[in-house]
Amino acid sequence: MLPAIRDKSGLIAALCLAAFGGYVTYTGSKLPYVADVGPGSGFFPFWIGTGLLLFSGYQTIVCFSAPRQQSESAEFSWHGSRRALIGWVAMAASIFLYRWIGFAVSFVLLTIFFIVVIERRSALPALGIGVALALIFHLLFVVALGVTLPTGPWGF
Amino acid sequence: MDALTNLLLGFSVALQPVNLFWCFVGVVLGTVVGVLPGLGPAATIAMLLPLTLKMDHTTAIISLAGIFYGARYGGSTTSILLNMPGESSSVATCLDGYQMARNGRAGAALGISAIASFIAGTVGVLGLMLISPPLARFALRFAPPEYFALMVLGLAMVVFLAGDSMVKALLALLIGLWLATIGTDLFTAESRFTFGQAKLLGGIDFIAATVGMFAIGEVLMDLESNSGGEIIKLPRGLKNLMPTWQDLKDCRFAFVNGSLIGFFVGALPGAGATVASFLSYGLEKAVSRHPEKFGTGVIEGVAAPEGANNADAGGALVPLLTLGIPGGNTTAILLGGLILWGYKPGPLLIPEHPELFWGLVASMYVGNVILLVLNLPLVPLFAQILRLPSYVLHPFIIGISVVGVYSVNNSVFDIWMMALFGLLGYLMRKLDFPASALILGLVLGDVLERALRQSLMMSQGDLTILINRPISATMLAIAAGLLLLPAVRWVRAWRAEVVERES
Repeated sequence: MLPAIRDKSGLIAALCLAAFGGYVTYTGSKLPYVADVGPGSGFFPFWIGTGLLLFSGYQTIVCFSAPRQQSESAEFSWHGSRRALIGWVAMAASIFLYRWIGFAVSFVLLTIFFIVVIERRSALPALGIGVALALIFHLLFVVALGVTLPTGPWGF
Repeated sequence: MDALTNLLLGFSVALQPVNLFWCFVGVVLGTVVGVLPGLGPAATIAMLLPLTLKMDHTTAIISLAGIFYGARYGGSTTSILLNMPGESSSVATCLDGYQMARNGRAGAALGISAIASFIAGTVGVLGLMLISPPLARFALRFAPPEYFALMVLGLAMVVFLAGDSMVKALLALLIGLWLATIGTDLFTAESRFTFGQAKLLGGIDFIAATVGMFAIGEVLMDLESNSGGEIIKLPRGLKNLMPTWQDLKDCRFAFVNGSLIGFFVGALPGAGATVASFLSYGLEKAVSRHPEKFGTGVIEGVAAPEGANNADAGGALVPLLTLGIPGGNTTAILLGGLILWGYKPGPLLIPEHPELFWGLVASMYVGNVILLVLNLPLVPLFAQILRLPSYVLHPFIIGISVVGVYSVNNSVFDIWMMALFGLLGYLMRKLDFPASALILGLVLGDVLERALRQSLMMSQGDLTILINRPISATMLAIAAGLLLLPAVRWVRAWRAEVVERES
């Protein structure tokens, strides 16, 4: 019979890291370990992958034997992560839109989304805050410091 | 006596109104670019270099050096307030600085950062003035084995970044080292782990990774906590925003530690302020009476790395001015400037052009005073950023992160990298993996691999070259001792538990 899992999220992370370590070791072993003049390009990745495999193996064992109290405090809560992940997806979507509508407009939309959808506040102040922040960024970075930012069809 | 006479000559140059004005312009510009992530001093100096061709050369170097060390002052601001390190040397400042801000002590953190920067910056200038030639000769004894050992010592600081689990810290460090291998191998020109993306051939952009891990990761954590517009509490009144007398007393050792480590590591070409800041943070934690509090907002944890990355600026000028060897990007551009103006940086620069060297040294004293006078009154103003409610602060942080990352290479790909690292940083926080350990690996990995491979090329594959040389052997022994420290602590705790159980 297998021992009880004490830290499920930790175990998943350790197994992912072990798989990743295996990938790094495998890819590293395909690169030359020794070159004409000393170690090759695979030398360093091979040992990094091996280290990842070793430590993630140890971490896997720890997940079975960690004291209950410690593992509970470190337990991953998907429920709490929902807002964070929605925020991340919104940010990714706004980056995706840079190509078509530029940084300024995309940033205003992101700010409105954050304030209205995630923070559940009214839309009008959200629009005001979004426009104000976009204007500050434009004046400070583009006008004053000469930084270029992704622009849309209207030139900003 | 000679030094004093020369310094007087330097002050007579530095205090000329035109030099004073350009010193002021340089340090203010440096502070501004230091505050903003991405737009670093190297890019700023490179942009301004052509404008200095018509200037007096001493005035030009005074102004450009002002940007260099001024940026170090500014770098701490976003690290402390927004958990957004503008450059690698500010990562260590985030660890306790941001926690202090969250505990309502942003003003004290910014204040101590300015004071530590002033003290260490001044010590750096003193070092530059007094021990430049012998130190430069010592730095020349550093060959690849010594650099490898220095990088290992830097990586050993992971011991002090680990939270509850040393293994998790080591795993994070290894991921950082792997990230550093992405791109074209400089020895064989082979591409590694690029996944068919041409944009990865140049490697992972450090700014994108750091801003993502720290700033975006923090925003995502904040979103999860559902703070609902809550603002961080700040004490009212200027007096309560500044470091207290007790804070200054607590930081006595941190000032010395940061100044000395920063200057000596800075004098080693290629070592950089990042190693210095992590080393001084590690040393501060190692000698502290309350090491367990580090990472929760300890003022010494801000003073030591901030001091180190400012003293480094003085140290970095030692090999540049005495040997003509640049230690990093910014000093390489300064070297280009010196050559452009017709100087030959090397052992003869100081005797042949005393007004240039001593004028610069004296201007750095003046510049450090200007920076302190300029930065301390700005502390309460900067701290007001934290009064913004979270629903304004979150888009603000994302916006400034995007601008900072994009400004480095004008690449949307880098912004995608920042977003991915943000997600990774968030997951690492959730799973208790220290993000700073990953960044440590990413920053030092490249130099570590290069130094190791060069060392093995020198010895034709014989690893004993790393322990046969006294400097590298000493540093490796210290690193091994540090890495064994958790094991020793574990054995002690286990023995104490056994003794307690038996009695």
